[in-house]
Amino acid sequence: MKSNEIFVLVKKELALEWRQKFALHGLLLYLASTIFICYLSFKAKNQAIHPITWNTLFWIILLFTAVNAVGKSFTQEHKERNLFYFQLFKPESIIYSKIIYNSLMLLGMSVLGILFYSWIMGNPVGNFSLYLFALILGSIGFASTLTLIAGIAAQGENSATLMAVLSFPIIVPLLLLLIKLSKSALDGFGFAENWDEMGVLFALDLIVIALSGILFPFIWRH
Amino acid sequence: METLKKYFWKILCIILLVYTIIMGLNGQVPRQSILNETVRNLYFHVTMWFSMIFLLISSVYHSVKYLQSSNLKYDLESNAYVETGLIFAVLGLITGSIWAKFTWGAWWTNDPKLNSVAIGMLIYLAYLLVRSSLPDEQQKARISNVYNIFAFVIFMVLIWILPRLTDSLHPGNGGNPGFNSMDLDNRMRMVFYPAIIGWTLLGFWIANIKIRLKKIEETLEEQE
Repeated sequence: MKSNEIFVLVKKELALEWRQKFALHGLLLYLASTIFICYLSFKAKNQAIHPITWNTLFWIILLFTAVNAVGKSFTQEHKERNLFYFQLFKPESIIYSKIIYNSLMLLGMSVLGILFYSWIMGNPVGNFSLYLFALILGSIGFASTLTLIAGIAAQGENSATLMAVLSFPIIVPLLLLLIKLSKSALDGFGFAENWDEMGVLFALDLIVIALSGILFPFIWRH
Repeated sequence: METLKKYFWKILCIILLVYTIIMGLNGQVPRQSILNETVRNLYFHVTMWFSMIFLLISSVYHSVKYLQSSNLKYDLESNAYVETGLIFAVLGLITGSIWAKFTWGAWWTNDPKLNSVAIGMLIYLAYLLVRSSLPDEQQKARISNVYNIFAFVIFMVLIWILPRLTDSLHPGNGGNPGFNSMDLDNRMRMVFYPAIIGWTLLGFWIANIKIRLKKIEETLEEQE
């Protein structure tokens, strides 16, 4: 019953996004232009910037895209319609479906992002499969942390500012772990050397998802 | 007898802190290279973090109580504990910074533990910002308590797990031994443990006064 609810809600999110494509297109454009601005301002030809800068810059671009993308999760639809969902579904199903949908969207964004980024900025990554794995863990982590924060920020008046102020400090542990793991991938290390980081990242993702499920019902009930 | 029972912990707090200050400044300490006399700062720096953690745990406890009961009393208490915890965090940062200047040679080093704590302060400042941005009492309480619980969990990951994954100058990380294993001898323990209890009691005392002040303010507002 409950997993069915989540499935229905994810399908609804996808359909909604597909119907008003401008939001998705806007995000893609945002991602692409940020990357291009970085390319222009660094004047970075292939391998011209230091790999560490390359890596950090990419994660920061992803972070900003994620904050923008997830920030609209709860403001996109009318208040009245949210009330309608409130009566129909369990709050847990709503937050899990939003997390799943946001994870999928961010995963798509980060894969497209890394392709475009490598295309114009060069690609110094030594172990690309580990880097992709870091992107997957990162998308899930960003989505789960930011979705709850978006729910909180949507309650306030100035939700865009609130979103930024609330999410940046909270996301730091995740971002640091991700940069550490992807730096390792950059240097060409494999999965075997990074079990610690992957384990901690995975645990952090799980903790945040569980916490979201526990805490969201309280902010949804207003 | 009743009053003695009521004030027992405050008297204990004063006695312990007087003992900490006298013994902390005059007691015997082991002579370690580099650290030398600065090791006394252990009683005034590390203890700040201990009492901050206890205050934050208490705050989370009251947040959970609030979410269960929707009683604004708990929200007020949880908020007071966070504010007091922040005072102790600032004190811990200042004492740590002075200690770092004399042992590592800089007021601030690019160290995971220091940075983590700075980020932790940002998280809790954001908490205070959320509180001030929402006008409605119940809504403010609900949102900020949810954020408080979330922030506490992330903060714990930040200060307990992350520094252990990286190398650090700070004792207790990356091959650098903590005080307990090597340097903390019995003479210091005799001051260190009472100091933890003393500062923690002081923290709860301050929070207690804050709670009472807030209650008075609320009643005054209602009367107006």
